[in-house]
Amino acid sequence: MNKEKEPLFSAKNLKLLREPLNDSNPITVQVLGICSALAITVQLKPAIVMALSVAFVMAVANVVISLLRKSIPPRIRIIVQLVVIASLVILVDQILKAFLFEISKQLSVFVGLIITNCIIMGRLEAFALANKPWPSFLDGLGNAAGYGVILIIVAFFRELLGSGTILDYQVIPQGVYNFGYENNGLMILPPMALIVVGIIIWIQRSRNKKLIESN
Amino acid sequence: MENLINIFVKSVFIDNMIFAYFLGMCSYLAVSKTVKTSTGLGIAVIFVLGFTVPLNYLIHNYLLKEGALAWLSPRFADIDLSFLSFIIFIAVIASMVQLVEMIIEKFSPTLYNSLGIFLPLIAVNCAILGGSLFMQQRDYNSIAEATAFGLGSGVGWFLAIVGIAAIREKIRYSNVPAPLKGLGITFIITGLMGIAFMGFMGIKL
Repeated sequence: MNKEKEPLFSAKNLKLLREPLNDSNPITVQVLGICSALAITVQLKPAIVMALSVAFVMAVANVVISLLRKSIPPRIRIIVQLVVIASLVILVDQILKAFLFEISKQLSVFVGLIITNCIIMGRLEAFALANKPWPSFLDGLGNAAGYGVILIIVAFFRELLGSGTILDYQVIPQGVYNFGYENNGLMILPPMALIVVGIIIWIQRSRNKKLIESN
Repeated sequence: MENLINIFVKSVFIDNMIFAYFLGMCSYLAVSKTVKTSTGLGIAVIFVLGFTVPLNYLIHNYLLKEGALAWLSPRFADIDLSFLSFIIFIAVIASMVQLVEMIIEKFSPTLYNSLGIFLPLIAVNCAILGGSLFMQQRDYNSIAEATAFGLGSGVGWFLAIVGIAAIREKIRYSNVPAPLKGLGITFIITGLMGIAFMGFMGIKL
């Protein structure tokens, strides 16, 4: 038994971690988890906290469901999944409220909305229900990373162009403002998040031709 | 009454679920290929939001809020169960969706068939849970206000999905750059629609 066991980081397992970053990115290719992704990308800091929270919930939920996968009756699996996710999210919410109160205020309802984030349900349904705990854990981490990368890219550009700061540090020198440069107020407004994601999809697909849709 | 209309209009146009908060984007992007199915889904969302928000309002105010249990006995006055709200709201929503599914199946089998898999998926539509969480956060004064907010958010979502479906039906005949086809152009159009909806900002009756 022990001899046949594959190493922890075999090529197959590494692929689980790497694929979601590009070829099967949860946001730009699988179209999962867009709901909460866009609203909190005005600034970089909440986006990072959000990405970490999602990574935690997703990895743990994937492992738990994968451990339970043989004992969950298929008819009630959605409720079971929701209960597991909701308990984890309550945990995250209480921790954020206790230690990062300011950011938890900024994230407002979007922490709670991790529960209905389709990315988590989607991965549980598609992967954790049929696989062993360790690959499920990697799948969770990989997808959360793919989600986080997009979140952080969008937040980076929106904060840089919208308020001239990164992580609250002024990066655009005062001299440029004196010269007549203005922050682009449009970037702070919600619709620009959609357009930025649209542009990211455009760039990704023009580099990676096999992702192009036929219609 | 004026107050109720005000809340309704505000949640349809200004605090639109999709354009201002991006809630329910998953089904919005997946189902908006034809106007017919998106109309059906939009109506189902109005239904479910119109029922779940007032229901969760009652639960929040009489069971979960700090001091909400005082009506039971003064001893319970300082109990705060609000940390349970996520799990209870989602349970209420899941059972409401099941109910709506049964009603639609009984009264309109054609609609039921065309909605297919998307009806059960409303349970995990962020717009529904988002509606309840916003209701909790904004602390509406009466159940009538909560209902107006729920229905308004549903109508706003309905307008958005029917609008994008109509545009996507037309855009099939246009020459979109290949990498933008499908998902990319849908995002950009939604962004532009969002900018258009921002024109309603500041409207007050």
